[in-house]
Amino acid sequence: MALLEIRGLTKVFGGVRAITELDLDVADGEVVSIIGPNGAGKTTVFNIVTGMISPDDGTITFDGTNIVGLRPSQIIQLGIARTFQNVRLFPEMTVRENVMVARHCRTRAGVVGAILRTPSFRREEADTRRRAEEALAFFGTRLVGWRFDTPARSLSYANRRRLEIARAMAAEPKLLFLDEPTAGMNPRETQELTELIRRIRDETGVPVALIEHDMRVVKGVSERVVVLDHGQKIAEGPYREVARDERVIEAYLGRKATA
Amino acid sequence: MAETPLAPKGPLAARRVLQLPLVDGFLWVVRISAVVVIVVGAYNSLTSGRLSGQQWRDLIVFGIAQGSIYGLIALGYSMVYGVLRFINFAHGEVFMIGAMTGYYVSSALSGTALWRSAPFAGLFVVLLCCMTMSALVALGLERIAYRPLRGKPRLIPFITAIGASFFLQYTVATLFGVDVKAYPAVPVLDGSISVGGFRILRVHLLVIVAAVVMMIALYFYIEKTRAGRAMRAVAEDQETARLMGIDVDRTIARVFAVGGAMAGAAGLLFGLVFQNVNFFSGFLPGIKAFTSAVLGGIGNILGAMVGGLTLGSVESLGPSLVLSGLDIPAAHQLKDVVAFSALVLVLIFRPTGILGERVGGERG
Amino acid sequence: MADQIVPTDAPVGAGAGLLPAQGVSARRAVTLGLVAGVVAVFVSANGMVSEFAERDVIAELSLGVLWVLMIPLIVGSLAGQAPAVLQGFAAPRPGWRNPAGGALAGLLAAVVMAAFILLIDAVNVRDVLINVRPDLVETEPRLLTFGQGVGAGVALVLAVYAALGALGGALHLLPDRWRRAVVAGVVWLIVMGVLSSLVSQVLRGIQSTTNIWTAPLADALYQGGALTAPAAAVVFVVGAGLYLLLTRPRRTPARVRVRRLPDRSQRIVRVATLAVALLLLGLLPQVLGPFLSDVLNFAGIFLLMALGLNIVVGFAGLLDLGYVAFFAVGAYTAAVLTSPQSSLGVGWIFWAAIPFVVLAAAVAGLLVGTPVLRMRGDYLAIVTLGFGEIARLLFLSDWLKPIFGGAQGIIRVGDVPLAPGVEAGGAQPRLFFYVVFTFVLLAAYISYALQDSRIGRAWMAMREDELVAETMGVNIVAAKLWAFVIGAILAGFGGALFAAKVGSVFPHSFEVIVSITVLVLIIVGGIASVPGVVVGALILVGLPEILREFEEYRFLLYGALLIFMMVRRPEGFIPNTRRVTELHEQELQQDAWLRAKETE
Repeated sequence: MALLEIRGLTKVFGGVRAITELDLDVADGEVVSIIGPNGAGKTTVFNIVTGMISPDDGTITFDGTNIVGLRPSQIIQLGIARTFQNVRLFPEMTVRENVMVARHCRTRAGVVGAILRTPSFRREEADTRRRAEEALAFFGTRLVGWRFDTPARSLSYANRRRLEIARAMAAEPKLLFLDEPTAGMNPRETQELTELIRRIRDETGVPVALIEHDMRVVKGVSERVVVLDHGQKIAEGPYREVARDERVIEAYLGRKATA
Repeated sequence: MAETPLAPKGPLAARRVLQLPLVDGFLWVVRISAVVVIVVGAYNSLTSGRLSGQQWRDLIVFGIAQGSIYGLIALGYSMVYGVLRFINFAHGEVFMIGAMTGYYVSSALSGTALWRSAPFAGLFVVLLCCMTMSALVALGLERIAYRPLRGKPRLIPFITAIGASFFLQYTVATLFGVDVKAYPAVPVLDGSISVGGFRILRVHLLVIVAAVVMMIALYFYIEKTRAGRAMRAVAEDQETARLMGIDVDRTIARVFAVGGAMAGAAGLLFGLVFQNVNFFSGFLPGIKAFTSAVLGGIGNILGAMVGGLTLGSVESLGPSLVLSGLDIPAAHQLKDVVAFSALVLVLIFRPTGILGERVGGERG
Repeated sequence: MADQIVPTDAPVGAGAGLLPAQGVSARRAVTLGLVAGVVAVFVSANGMVSEFAERDVIAELSLGVLWVLMIPLIVGSLAGQAPAVLQGFAAPRPGWRNPAGGALAGLLAAVVMAAFILLIDAVNVRDVLINVRPDLVETEPRLLTFGQGVGAGVALVLAVYAALGALGGALHLLPDRWRRAVVAGVVWLIVMGVLSSLVSQVLRGIQSTTNIWTAPLADALYQGGALTAPAAAVVFVVGAGLYLLLTRPRRTPARVRVRRLPDRSQRIVRVATLAVALLLLGLLPQVLGPFLSDVLNFAGIFLLMALGLNIVVGFAGLLDLGYVAFFAVGAYTAAVLTSPQSSLGVGWIFWAAIPFVVLAAAVAGLLVGTPVLRMRGDYLAIVTLGFGEIARLLFLSDWLKPIFGGAQGIIRVGDVPLAPGVEAGGAQPRLFFYVVFTFVLLAAYISYALQDSRIGRAWMAMREDELVAETMGVNIVAAKLWAFVIGAILAGFGGALFAAKVGSVFPHSFEVIVSITVLVLIIVGGIASVPGVVVGALILVGLPEILREFEEYRFLLYGALLIFMMVRRPEGFIPNTRRVTELHEQELQQDAWLRAKETE
């Protein structure tokens, strides 16, 4: 049984079918790329799975639990963390605090503990801080040291994307959703991020589902590629096969995906 | 995959039950008890026969007259919200300044020959003064307080508007005094006349007719004129409107001016009905007019009037109909509680209003 | 990078810097001058000048006249200032244009004022503008015309305003640091002059409590409540000198020097500072005397509420305009439980009522918080405003009169027992100070403790982006309700103290204006900033109590301050280290082309 199983997922926005009868699996330890032209419904799938919008039909089973209808905060607690297509950080909070927020679902200190500064509160706070710094250290030296205390808004664009990934990873997810992680990055940064996604999978064993437009990244990291068009899955398989698929090429209006 | 458990298991399931459903449950309790209170109260009052049919009719007419005034004020909230998506909290003060102007101008005119020989012409002059004054104040507000904040997060102009509201209140209080100003008597408006068997106070009739005429005029202004079209375009999409050659700044200023003029007119009508006004007179009608705007669907011109009439009637009938029926003493004291409860309930349960302009979603 | 640009008020075109740096603009001076004229006329017509004329500030100069004279000075300084330029470009060289611009603005202000003087001399406007008093122009002391008749007065106004404007503009001829020193000196002068009663009371109080020989200083400084001319000169020099001393180049700030110390010493410094601060605060009521202590208590109660509202608005980003409802709940709970004449008639002691105040406030917080969970921003504000009014009207109503006493309220609220036989109430302001102080300290501690905790981060995340916060695991329902409950409890404490201080509760103490006042306190001080809130409360609530003539104009000034702050300085005067997104442009959101894709 796969880690994440989506069956018959359907979502209609004001008469427009955004997603139709979609089946999608993500298994442990794999990297799946979801590609497709703009408007194909890729982000909508992420939004539904993470509980931001509710589906009209279908089941989503994660780790043996049906997660349809759960609130986003409960879904991340179960272990699905995500990043956003248009980087959405907490701009006025510091880099470290941004990541510490994601520890929310793994901690339980309450208001009373915070006011009384109980030992368990202090311990948890120190632990949260340490883990946040560890998550940031995953990116080498870019987000550590003095950057811990700078507000997120002062980061460069690429660093904001990295911070967002660090934030998602700090939640100790069992499955990571990355929504166009390389959008807006230059080739070198893209290359580096491709490397990083591989490292996430290899070092932490967390499977990754990513939406991506850059075919070099897709080719570089994914075991499996799922192609969506008009809310339907039109192809699935290893990159080589999918890239040759007639329907996929057609969906991209003849703009053949180049390697 | 048939064996997939359909319900979440374990502690998470318990939390799922505990989180929102608890809130939803609470809201349902509020809803149901509101309905129960209204139904029981209304049933008791209607069966007790405490008020005669004529008294009920009077209350309804009064509610409609009052509601027309709310509707006129609500237009300003609604139009500004439609264009800038922000609540012009100071609009109630624009209304109050209209009422104040009405007091000063009508006092000045009350001894003149015009007032005696052609009272309606006199009132018309007063009306024009009120509308002009309120429109000017609204324009000034827009220019000084709101325009520099265009495009800032919505709470900034809102807090500014709160500041402007109190600034205007106390400007009037310190310049003109805090005492209650009594409107001069207008003999033509005394007494009542009978319209189709319905006894109605002349002043109420004037208010209703004036409000309806102004509504219709405004409707044509917005639907049929160039300026109105520009307003609708700016409300739809400011950037595109700008690209299409519309002077957005001027259009927005015009929205404020028109809304202000309507509030000024409402101010005069308010003065004629209630006979007195002071610096604080704008606060309650302002809040109630905002409620009307939301009730009718904010951003919707017709909705403002519908909302105003609804709220006016609810406020006028509510205490006698519902609260007296529940044996609450001195129910008329709670007139404003009824209005505020309507505000709270509408905003919580139906923020899109009766005629429902799309507000929620991204903007909400 | 785009965000490296130094924020300036310069128009974009002027900021481009490709044009030669612009000097003083005559057009700007004209606009500013006319605005200043209108402001001067406004403060004369609404009675401020006459009202303030009672108080002499420096020798024979009254606050009323000073108030008018400050306007051309300030506007001259604004008009004589060259528009700000981008960092890295040379600022325009100061020259004759600076004083000239200032003089022009001052002159135009004078023209407007002169027109007003001629108008009130010719026409009797007092029937409409009731606060235009004869002492402005017609009778002594002829405040607007400096004691002269109309003809000479108008000429004098033109000359004096233009001269002051030029003086203001000429300030820009000085090097930056010196100019600021002069401004600091003037501020010192005005503060010392206006607060003469406070300063002399403090000086006398120090002598009587600690036997340090300070009272003669008060006698030397003030005569008849005003600074003497020589004292004024000394104050100005000391003020400017202190500024120069504190800003001398290459001076390491104390905070940095402390940080360089080893850990142990740092802790000692911190504990010592705290101990000294506590000691000073402990002596404060003795030094201040009963009247000023009473004022301080009043400000303290507002401060308590402001700290609570700061959690709701500043930390969690929920704009609550019905905050006064929780204040009322606290006050009524305390009153019902402690007054022997209330409906319950139990007459408990204050401290026994406190747990119930907490409970009642928490329940009220939940009742208000739950229905508004899905609302944001301005709608939330209006609904809470509605709740606040409903609460007040219910307390006022005949319906609930058997419980809350209707318009007659509840009297004989119990004092606060401190020790057997020692009770603090409104009649013992110096003792009551310690009670208020304890609660304020508690509230400040709670604010700090929660700011850096799991819930504090949840609030901040929610304030910045509710949806993302929820996706990152923040339980929005719990976070919002906690914010409402904690805010409500702090306001409830404030209400209980208020009831004990005044000794009675009446519904008219709980009007919307209280909520607005508290909002002004936190916005002016600096939203989400605890020190800002403290300073804001002391100045904005305390000052009008000391300077009673301000009372009438208090809300006028609050309104003007709110507008000014939002337009010019939304982060407040003492901002939190991180600014508040809710109130600021998200300058550095995403690149525009990404936004276009959002529609997918």
